[in-house]
Amino acid sequence: MARKDELGKLGEEQAARFLEGAGYTILTRNWRCAEGEIDLVVQRGAAVVFVEVKTRSSLSFGHPFEAITVKKLARMRRLAAVWCVQAERWPRQIRLDVIAVIAPRGREPVIEHLEGVF
Amino acid sequence: MGIARTHAVALLGLTGALVEVEADISAQLPGMILIGLPDAALAQATQRVRAAAANSGCPLTVHRLTINLSPAALPKHGAGFDLAIALACLAADSTVSGESVGKVVHFGELALDGRLRPTPGILPGVMTAARLGHTTVMVPIGNESEARLVPDIRVIGVASLRDAAIFHGAQLPPIPVEPILAAIVPTDLSVEPDLADVIGNDDAILALQIAAAGGHHVFLLGPPGAGKTMLAARLPGLLPDLDPASSLEVSSLRSLGGLGLGGALITRPPWEAPHHTATAAAMVGGGNGQIRPGAASQASHGVLFLDEAPEFASPVLDALRQPLESGWISIHRANAVAHFPARFQLVMAANPCPCGQYGAGDLSCTCPPNARRRYLARISGPLLDRIDIQLNVKRITAAQLRLAAGTQRMTSVTARERVVTARGAAAERLRSTAWSLNSQVPGPWLRGAAVRLAPSATAGLDRALERGGITMRGYDRVLRLAWTLADYDGLTLPGPDQVGQALYLRKGMTS
Repeated sequence: MARKDELGKLGEEQAARFLEGAGYTILTRNWRCAEGEIDLVVQRGAAVVFVEVKTRSSLSFGHPFEAITVKKLARMRRLAAVWCVQAERWPRQIRLDVIAVIAPRGREPVIEHLEGVF
Repeated sequence: MGIARTHAVALLGLTGALVEVEADISAQLPGMILIGLPDAALAQATQRVRAAAANSGCPLTVHRLTINLSPAALPKHGAGFDLAIALACLAADSTVSGESVGKVVHFGELALDGRLRPTPGILPGVMTAARLGHTTVMVPIGNESEARLVPDIRVIGVASLRDAAIFHGAQLPPIPVEPILAAIVPTDLSVEPDLADVIGNDDAILALQIAAAGGHHVFLLGPPGAGKTMLAARLPGLLPDLDPASSLEVSSLRSLGGLGLGGALITRPPWEAPHHTATAAAMVGGGNGQIRPGAASQASHGVLFLDEAPEFASPVLDALRQPLESGWISIHRANAVAHFPARFQLVMAANPCPCGQYGAGDLSCTCPPNARRRYLARISGPLLDRIDIQLNVKRITAAQLRLAAGTQRMTSVTARERVVTARGAAAERLRSTAWSLNSQVPGPWLRGAAVRLAPSATAGLDRALERGGITMRGYDRVLRLAWTLADYDGLTLPGPDQVGQALYLRKGMTS
């Protein structure tokens, strides 16, 4: 596994734990379909939340949030719709979130969570 | 998450409006939105500010920044808002003190490395800030000396955004940078051409002095090579230094045009000689987004010289009629009106016909009479009517050249002294009125009881009116010139000599 994939995996793991700690239930991880992949689908109360996790080991190439482009957001929105269609029950409320994990090597990662970015 | 505000100035003509620059940080993905009617250059401030802040060691927040320029309905132009935007963003993020930023008016364009570039329009901008009661302005170091020309306001010159942030309380060690200084504009205005260079044409030299003393507009008609341009170029040298108010106005217009001032106000009257292909917008000002002053405004308090006047498009010439009357140019746009001062002295020069030789004496004119008539008819009657001195300039002869070698000629310095004395006399006489120059005095007042001349003095003029040689309006203009001639000669009242000379200066063209 390439180092960047390892870092991404680590970030998603950290994000999942962070969300569980915040009272979310994890529905799926790395849900795939023909159009792409959703990193995390979680639920708290009535809201189903689709989460994109972006991980960086340092800020020298910019903040992880800066890598979330309009194009990427549009794809997430499309994927969310596809997920809803295949779900058993159509969710009453949906939301798109972004989580940034800044994980310098050998140090505790920093997690930032933005709710409702779309 | 955070909000902060500071101030900048949006210029519209020579007057400005204070603009509140507000920055708000919201918990969203990175982005920077600029609202409040920016033009293209101002809308790109977001890119400059983000890069400049990062390169200054105080990067902006990674969340969404919304920047509002209020009043939102006022159109804003140019890159001069960069510093205010950057500091509002940093204050919203608590990198710098919001309280400190809110008390200062900021000017300046940012370079991507965080240094501040000199920005046009600093002088009128700082004057606006001072007029609206602000006590502190922050300007690029290249404009510091220009901003200091405005009295009673504290000026802080900064070389970079980092320095500005440190001033406003950012916890950063200073890093010295090489400041960007204003381009040095050659201000060779001290070398004005001297009146002593002119040979012969004594009546034209007198006319120039009278024009300078009374502020009269001049029309010079003559064949090519008669020295019309040479004469006209010597008029600014005869005018007195600018008084403080007009000096500030002339300097502000220069600053607005993007020309540097070099730390000193302009004290000599400006000289503008637009080419005859100039458009109406170039003459009176205009422009698509930002409204810029034209040649007529740049010549305010100085001389506007139109060489080959009939070659100008007639709408361009007629556009000058309003400023000649009011001394102001108002340019109306859908969302704004800009006012520029335009109290210039007009000097026009023309050939008598397309080939230029009509009436020259040494060569014969080849133009058909119709072409000759049409040529001067391009200068409209209403415009010509506003010009007090209309003079025929003749070519110099070999005899005059020989004669001139031995005679003492008047220099600009002595002429200027006489002009200053004459202007002083006129101002003293007109003290109780709203005017200070003879050219501003309306005719009815001159014919009124207070200053009416004795019939013996105006006999020649009255006869010209009776014979239909001049109109009533021309009569008033001759009176006006006669008063200037009297002031120039140190007399308290114009006599028959002055009235006769005035009639000559007025009618020289048609003789």
